[in-house]
Amino acid sequence: MQQTLPEEFYQWMEELQAVDFVLVELTLYLDTHPQDQTAIQQFNQFAQQRKHIKKAIESKYGPLQQYGNSYSGMPWNWSDGPWPWQL
Amino acid sequence: MNSKNTNQKSYVPYHSPYDPCPPIGKKFYSTPPNLYMGFQPYNLPQYSPKEALMKGTLWPAFYDYYENPYEKRR
Amino acid sequence: MWVYEKKLQYPVKVTSCNPTLAKYLIEQYGGSDGELAAALRYLNQRYTIPDKVIGLLTDIGTEEFAHLEMIATMIYKLTKDATPEQLKEAGIADHYVNHDSALFYHNAAGVPFTASYIAAKGDPIADLYEDIAAEEKARATYQWIINMSDDPDLNDSLRFLREREIIHSQRFREAVEILKEERDRKIFF
Repeated sequence: MQQTLPEEFYQWMEELQAVDFVLVELTLYLDTHPQDQTAIQQFNQFAQQRKHIKKAIESKYGPLQQYGNSYSGMPWNWSDGPWPWQL
Repeated sequence: MNSKNTNQKSYVPYHSPYDPCPPIGKKFYSTPPNLYMGFQPYNLPQYSPKEALMKGTLWPAFYDYYENPYEKRR
Repeated sequence: MWVYEKKLQYPVKVTSCNPTLAKYLIEQYGGSDGELAAALRYLNQRYTIPDKVIGLLTDIGTEEFAHLEMIATMIYKLTKDATPEQLKEAGIADHYVNHDSALFYHNAAGVPFTASYIAAKGDPIADLYEDIAAEEKARATYQWIINMSDDPDLNDSLRFLREREIIHSQRFREAVEILKEERDRKIFF
Protein backbone atom coordinates (compact mmCIF):
# COMPACT_ATOMS: atom_id res chain seq x y z
CA MET A 1 0.00 0.00 0.00
CA GLN A 2 1.27 3.43 -0.88
CA GLN A 3 1.79 6.23 1.57
CA THR A 4 0.33 9.65 0.90
CA LEU A 5 3.24 12.03 0.56
CA PRO A 6 3.55 15.09 2.82
CA GLU A 7 3.04 18.62 1.53
CA GLU A 8 6.81 19.12 1.78
CA PHE A 9 7.35 16.60 -1.02
CA TYR A 10 5.12 18.57 -3.38
CA GLN A 11 7.06 21.74 -2.60
CA TRP A 12 10.38 20.04 -3.31
CA MET A 13 8.98 18.66 -6.53
CA GLU A 14 7.90 22.07 -7.69
CA GLU A 15 11.33 23.44 -6.81
CA LEU A 16 12.87 20.81 -9.08
CA GLN A 17 10.29 21.36 -11.81
CA ALA A 18 11.08 25.09 -11.83
CA VAL A 19 14.84 24.63 -12.07
CA ASP A 20 14.48 21.86 -14.64
CA PHE A 21 12.17 24.04 -16.68
CA VAL A 22 14.82 26.74 -16.94
CA LEU A 23 17.23 24.01 -18.07
CA VAL A 24 14.80 22.79 -20.75
CA GLU A 25 14.29 26.33 -22.04
CA LEU A 26 18.01 27.05 -22.09
CA THR A 27 18.74 23.70 -23.76
CA LEU A 28 16.44 24.46 -26.69
CA TYR A 29 17.75 28.04 -26.83
CA LEU A 30 21.37 26.90 -26.86
CA ASP A 31 20.63 24.36 -29.58
CA THR A 32 20.07 27.36 -31.88
CA HIS A 33 22.39 29.83 -30.06
CA PRO A 34 25.51 27.75 -29.34
CA GLN A 35 27.73 30.85 -28.95
CA ASP A 36 25.79 32.64 -26.19
CA GLN A 37 28.28 32.63 -23.30
CA THR A 38 25.97 34.21 -20.75
CA ALA A 39 23.31 31.59 -21.42
CA ILE A 40 25.87 28.79 -21.13
CA GLN A 41 27.03 30.16 -17.78
CA GLN A 42 23.46 30.32 -16.57
CA PHE A 43 22.87 26.79 -17.84
CA ASN A 44 25.82 25.38 -15.92
CA GLN A 45 24.75 27.24 -12.79
CA PHE A 46 21.27 25.74 -12.96
CA ALA A 47 22.68 22.31 -13.77
CA GLN A 48 24.56 22.47 -10.48
CA GLN A 49 21.49 23.67 -8.61
CA ARG A 50 19.41 20.77 -9.95
CA LYS A 51 22.01 18.33 -8.59
CA HIS A 52 21.52 19.69 -5.08
CA ILE A 53 17.73 19.55 -5.28
CA LYS A 54 17.80 16.03 -6.75
CA LYS A 55 20.03 14.88 -3.91
CA ALA A 56 17.80 16.48 -1.27
CA ILE A 57 14.65 14.84 -2.70
CA GLU A 58 16.25 11.43 -3.16
CA SER A 59 17.71 11.29 0.35
CA LYS A 60 14.17 11.47 1.71
CA TYR A 61 11.86 10.14 -0.97
CA GLY A 62 13.91 7.68 -3.00
CA PRO A 63 15.43 7.67 -6.48
CA LEU A 64 14.14 10.00 -9.21
CA GLN A 65 16.00 8.19 -11.99
CA GLN A 66 17.33 4.73 -12.40
CA TYR A 67 19.64 2.65 -14.57
CA GLY A 68 22.24 3.89 -12.09
CA ASN A 69 21.57 7.59 -12.43
CA SER A 70 20.44 7.47 -8.80
CA TYR A 71 21.58 5.31 -5.85
CA SER A 72 19.23 2.65 -4.59
CA GLY A 73 17.95 2.21 -1.05
CA MET A 74 17.68 -1.15 0.70
CA PRO A 75 15.49 -2.91 -0.45
CA TRP A 76 15.25 -1.74 -4.08
CA ASN A 77 13.03 1.35 -3.89
CA TRP A 78 12.82 2.53 -7.50
CA SER A 79 9.50 0.80 -8.06
CA ASP A 80 7.89 2.35 -4.97
CA GLY A 81 4.89 4.55 -5.70
CA PRO A 82 3.24 6.85 -5.99
CA TRP A 83 4.23 7.52 -9.58
CA PRO A 84 4.07 11.03 -11.06
CA TRP A 85 0.60 10.62 -12.59
CA GLN A 86 -0.76 9.26 -9.30
CA LEU A 87 0.32 12.23 -7.18
CA MET B 1 9.70 42.37 -31.29
CA ASN B 2 7.47 45.22 -32.22
CA SER B 3 5.51 45.98 -29.05
CA LYS B 4 2.62 47.17 -31.17
CA ASN B 5 1.89 43.61 -32.27
CA THR B 6 -1.21 42.09 -30.75
CA ASN B 7 -1.48 38.36 -30.11
CA GLN B 8 -5.03 38.02 -31.29
CA LYS B 9 -6.81 39.09 -34.47
CA SER B 10 -10.39 38.78 -35.60
CA TYR B 11 -12.55 38.90 -38.69
CA VAL B 12 -16.27 38.93 -39.33
CA PRO B 13 -17.44 36.07 -41.56
CA TYR B 14 -20.04 36.88 -44.18
CA HIS B 15 -23.54 36.16 -42.93
CA SER B 16 -26.16 35.22 -45.49
CA PRO B 17 -29.83 35.89 -44.83
CA TYR B 18 -30.25 32.15 -45.47
CA ASP B 19 -27.75 31.05 -42.77
CA PRO B 20 -29.75 29.17 -40.15
CA CYS B 21 -27.69 30.05 -37.03
CA PRO B 22 -27.51 33.60 -35.67
CA PRO B 23 -24.18 35.21 -36.64
CA ILE B 24 -21.27 34.46 -34.30
CA GLY B 25 -20.02 37.99 -34.87
CA LYS B 26 -16.26 37.99 -34.70
CA LYS B 27 -14.11 34.93 -35.35
CA PHE B 28 -10.81 35.06 -33.48
CA TYR B 29 -7.39 33.67 -34.25
CA SER B 30 -4.05 33.78 -32.44
CA THR B 31 -0.93 35.48 -33.75
CA PRO B 32 1.53 34.60 -30.94
CA PRO B 33 4.85 36.42 -30.37
CA ASN B 34 6.97 33.78 -32.13
CA LEU B 35 5.52 35.00 -35.45
CA TYR B 36 7.19 38.38 -34.94
CA MET B 37 10.41 37.52 -33.13
CA GLY B 38 12.73 36.42 -35.92
CA PHE B 39 15.95 34.92 -34.55
CA GLN B 40 15.81 35.40 -30.79
CA PRO B 41 18.34 38.05 -29.72
CA TYR B 42 20.80 37.47 -26.84
CA ASN B 43 20.02 38.56 -23.28
CA LEU B 44 16.27 38.96 -23.35
CA PRO B 45 14.79 39.67 -19.89
CA GLN B 46 13.78 36.49 -18.03
CA TYR B 47 11.17 35.33 -15.54
CA SER B 48 12.21 33.78 -12.23
CA PRO B 49 12.35 29.95 -12.45
CA LYS B 50 9.00 29.50 -10.63
CA GLU B 51 7.27 32.08 -12.76
CA ALA B 52 8.80 30.66 -15.93
CA LEU B 53 7.40 27.23 -15.06
CA MET B 54 3.94 28.69 -14.43
CA LYS B 55 3.99 30.66 -17.68
CA GLY B 56 5.52 27.95 -19.85
CA THR B 57 8.41 30.09 -21.05
CA LEU B 58 11.55 31.66 -19.60
CA TRP B 59 11.13 34.89 -21.56
CA PRO B 60 8.27 37.40 -21.14
CA ALA B 61 8.72 38.32 -24.81
CA PHE B 62 7.19 34.95 -25.76
CA TYR B 63 4.40 34.82 -23.21
CA ASP B 64 0.92 34.69 -24.67
CA TYR B 65 -1.94 34.09 -22.24
CA TYR B 66 -4.87 32.38 -23.89
CA GLU B 67 -8.49 32.53 -22.85
CA ASN B 68 -11.66 31.44 -24.63
CA PRO B 69 -12.46 34.58 -26.66
CA TYR B 70 -16.11 33.57 -27.15
CA GLU B 71 -16.91 33.19 -23.47
CA LYS B 72 -17.69 36.85 -22.75
CA ARG B 73 -20.41 36.79 -25.35
CA ARG B 74 -22.54 34.22 -23.54
CA MET C 1 19.08 5.87 -24.98
CA TRP C 2 16.49 7.53 -22.81
CA VAL C 3 16.36 7.77 -19.04
CA TYR C 4 13.03 8.19 -17.29
CA GLU C 5 12.63 10.65 -14.44
CA LYS C 6 9.94 10.14 -11.81
CA LYS C 7 8.64 13.68 -12.18
CA LEU C 8 6.12 15.49 -14.35
CA GLN C 9 7.42 18.46 -16.30
CA TYR C 10 4.65 20.62 -14.83
CA PRO C 11 2.60 20.14 -11.64
CA VAL C 12 -0.60 18.96 -13.33
CA LYS C 13 -3.75 19.53 -11.29
CA VAL C 14 -7.33 18.61 -12.08
CA THR C 15 -10.11 20.17 -9.99
CA SER C 16 -13.32 18.58 -11.14
CA CYS C 17 -14.33 14.97 -11.67
CA ASN C 18 -15.35 15.53 -15.27
CA PRO C 19 -14.70 12.54 -17.56
CA THR C 20 -16.11 14.44 -20.57
CA LEU C 21 -12.93 16.50 -20.62
CA ALA C 22 -10.92 13.28 -21.00
CA LYS C 23 -12.75 12.69 -24.26
CA TYR C 24 -11.41 15.98 -25.62
CA LEU C 25 -7.91 15.57 -24.18
CA ILE C 26 -7.38 12.23 -25.91
CA GLU C 27 -7.03 14.28 -29.11
CA GLN C 28 -3.60 15.39 -27.87
CA TYR C 29 -2.73 11.82 -26.83
CA GLY C 30 -3.40 9.86 -30.02
CA GLY C 31 -4.52 12.52 -32.49
CA SER C 32 -2.78 13.73 -35.65
CA ASP C 33 -1.29 16.83 -34.01
CA GLY C 34 -0.91 15.27 -30.58
CA GLU C 35 2.13 14.79 -28.42
CA LEU C 36 2.82 11.20 -29.53
CA ALA C 37 2.82 12.23 -33.19
CA ALA C 38 5.10 15.16 -32.35
CA ALA C 39 7.62 13.07 -30.41
CA LEU C 40 7.80 10.40 -33.10
CA ARG C 41 7.95 12.95 -35.92
CA TYR C 42 10.97 14.83 -34.55
CA LEU C 43 12.90 11.85 -33.29
CA ASN C 44 12.46 10.11 -36.64
CA GLN C 45 13.58 13.13 -38.67
CA ARG C 46 16.88 13.31 -36.78
CA TYR C 47 18.50 10.66 -38.95
CA THR C 48 18.23 12.58 -42.19
CA ILE C 49 18.89 16.21 -41.31
CA PRO C 50 22.11 18.26 -41.09
CA ASP C 51 24.06 17.83 -37.84
CA LYS C 52 23.46 21.45 -36.84
CA VAL C 53 19.81 20.80 -35.99
CA ILE C 54 19.91 17.18 -34.75
CA GLY C 55 20.33 18.35 -31.16
CA LEU C 56 17.23 20.53 -31.39
CA LEU C 57 15.09 17.73 -32.87
CA THR C 58 16.32 15.33 -30.17
CA ASP C 59 15.55 17.75 -27.35
CA ILE C 60 12.14 18.88 -28.58
CA GLY C 61 11.21 15.28 -29.38
CA THR C 62 12.18 14.29 -25.86
CA GLU C 63 10.18 17.15 -24.33
CA GLU C 64 7.13 15.96 -26.28
CA PHE C 65 7.24 12.68 -24.36
CA ALA C 66 7.06 14.69 -21.14
CA HIS C 67 3.98 16.41 -22.57
CA LEU C 68 2.48 13.05 -23.50
CA GLU C 69 2.86 12.02 -19.87
CA MET C 70 1.13 15.22 -18.74
CA ILE C 71 -1.83 14.56 -21.04
CA ALA C 72 -1.97 10.95 -19.84
CA THR C 73 -1.98 12.20 -16.25
CA MET C 74 -4.94 14.48 -16.94
CA ILE C 75 -6.92 11.70 -18.64
CA TYR C 76 -6.00 9.25 -15.88
CA LYS C 77 -7.14 11.65 -13.16
CA LEU C 78 -10.36 12.57 -14.95
CA THR C 79 -11.46 8.95 -15.40
CA LYS C 80 -9.88 6.80 -12.69
CA ASP C 81 -12.74 6.76 -10.19
CA ALA C 82 -15.59 7.20 -12.63
CA THR C 83 -18.25 4.48 -12.71
CA PRO C 84 -19.42 2.97 -16.01
CA GLU C 85 -22.59 5.02 -15.55
CA GLN C 86 -20.62 8.26 -15.27
CA LEU C 87 -18.52 7.37 -18.31
CA LYS C 88 -21.72 6.76 -20.23
CA GLU C 89 -23.07 10.17 -19.24
CA ALA C 90 -19.74 11.69 -20.25
CA GLY C 91 -20.14 10.26 -23.74
CA ILE C 92 -17.24 7.80 -23.54
CA ALA C 93 -19.25 4.58 -23.37
CA ASP C 94 -17.87 3.64 -26.80
CA HIS C 95 -14.35 3.91 -25.41
CA TYR C 96 -15.32 2.02 -22.28
CA VAL C 97 -16.76 -1.06 -23.99
CA ASN C 98 -13.44 -1.65 -25.73
CA HIS C 99 -10.89 -0.37 -23.21
CA ASP C 100 -12.50 0.11 -19.76
CA SER C 101 -10.58 3.13 -18.43
CA ALA C 102 -7.34 2.14 -20.18
CA LEU C 103 -5.77 4.90 -22.24
CA PHE C 104 -5.61 4.21 -25.95
CA TYR C 105 -3.84 6.05 -28.75
CA HIS C 106 -6.81 7.40 -30.64
CA ASN C 107 -8.21 10.85 -31.27
CA ALA C 108 -11.30 12.49 -29.78
CA ALA C 109 -13.47 10.89 -32.46
CA GLY C 110 -12.06 7.42 -31.73
CA VAL C 111 -9.84 7.12 -34.81
CA PRO C 112 -6.79 5.03 -33.89
CA PHE C 113 -3.34 6.54 -34.16
CA THR C 114 -1.59 5.96 -37.47
CA ALA C 115 1.98 6.45 -38.72
CA SER C 116 0.63 8.52 -41.60
CA TYR C 117 0.28 11.42 -39.12
CA ILE C 118 4.06 11.60 -39.14
CA ALA C 119 5.63 13.26 -42.14
CA ALA C 120 9.22 12.51 -43.10
CA LYS C 121 10.15 13.86 -46.51
CA GLY C 122 13.92 13.70 -46.07
CA ASP C 123 14.24 17.27 -47.28
CA PRO C 124 15.46 19.41 -44.35
CA ILE C 125 13.45 22.50 -45.27
CA ALA C 126 10.26 20.57 -46.04
CA ASP C 127 10.59 18.65 -42.77
CA LEU C 128 11.24 21.74 -40.64
CA TYR C 129 8.31 23.59 -42.23
CA GLU C 130 6.24 20.52 -41.42
CA ASP C 131 7.42 20.77 -37.82
CA ILE C 132 6.53 24.46 -37.61
CA ALA C 133 3.07 23.68 -38.96
CA ALA C 134 2.71 20.79 -36.50
CA GLU C 135 3.49 23.11 -33.58
CA GLU C 136 0.96 25.71 -34.75
CA LYS C 137 -1.67 23.00 -35.23
CA ALA C 138 -1.02 21.65 -31.74
CA ARG C 139 -1.25 25.21 -30.37
CA ALA C 140 -4.62 25.62 -32.08
CA THR C 141 -5.84 22.27 -30.72
CA TYR C 142 -4.99 23.39 -27.18
CA GLN C 143 -7.00 26.55 -27.79
CA TRP C 144 -10.03 24.59 -28.92
CA ILE C 145 -9.75 22.29 -25.88
CA ILE C 146 -9.44 25.28 -23.53
CA ASN C 147 -12.56 26.74 -25.20
CA MET C 148 -14.42 23.55 -24.31
CA SER C 149 -13.07 23.14 -20.77
CA ASP C 150 -14.34 24.83 -17.61
CA ASP C 151 -11.79 23.32 -15.22
CA PRO C 152 -9.47 26.19 -14.18
CA ASP C 153 -6.62 23.94 -12.95
CA LEU C 154 -6.76 21.80 -16.07
CA ASN C 155 -6.70 24.94 -18.20
CA ASP C 156 -3.53 26.01 -16.36
CA SER C 157 -1.75 22.87 -17.57
CA LEU C 158 -3.22 23.26 -21.06
CA ARG C 159 -1.97 26.86 -21.22
CA PHE C 160 1.49 25.64 -20.24
CA LEU C 161 1.40 23.10 -23.08
CA ARG C 162 0.11 25.71 -25.54
CA GLU C 163 2.95 28.05 -24.61
CA ARG C 164 5.45 25.24 -25.21
CA GLU C 165 4.15 24.90 -28.77
CA ILE C 166 4.94 28.59 -29.27
CA ILE C 167 8.52 28.10 -28.09
CA HIS C 168 9.01 24.96 -30.18
CA SER C 169 7.71 26.76 -33.25
CA GLN C 170 10.18 29.58 -32.54
CA ARG C 171 13.11 27.14 -32.35
CA PHE C 172 12.13 25.36 -35.55
CA ARG C 173 11.93 28.74 -37.29
CA GLU C 174 15.45 29.44 -36.03
CA ALA C 175 16.56 26.02 -37.28
CA VAL C 176 15.36 26.98 -40.77
CA GLU C 177 17.39 30.20 -40.54
CA ILE C 178 20.46 28.20 -39.53
CA LEU C 179 20.10 25.89 -42.53
CA LYS C 180 19.56 28.85 -44.87
CA GLU C 181 22.84 30.47 -43.82
CA GLU C 182 25.88 30.28 -46.05
CA ARG C 183 28.58 28.06 -44.56
CA ASP C 184 30.73 29.68 -41.84
CA ARG C 185 28.77 32.90 -41.87
CA LYS C 186 27.23 33.65 -38.51
CA ILE C 187 23.69 34.83 -38.05
CA PHE C 188 23.86 38.47 -37.11
CA PHE C 189 22.19 39.52 -33.90
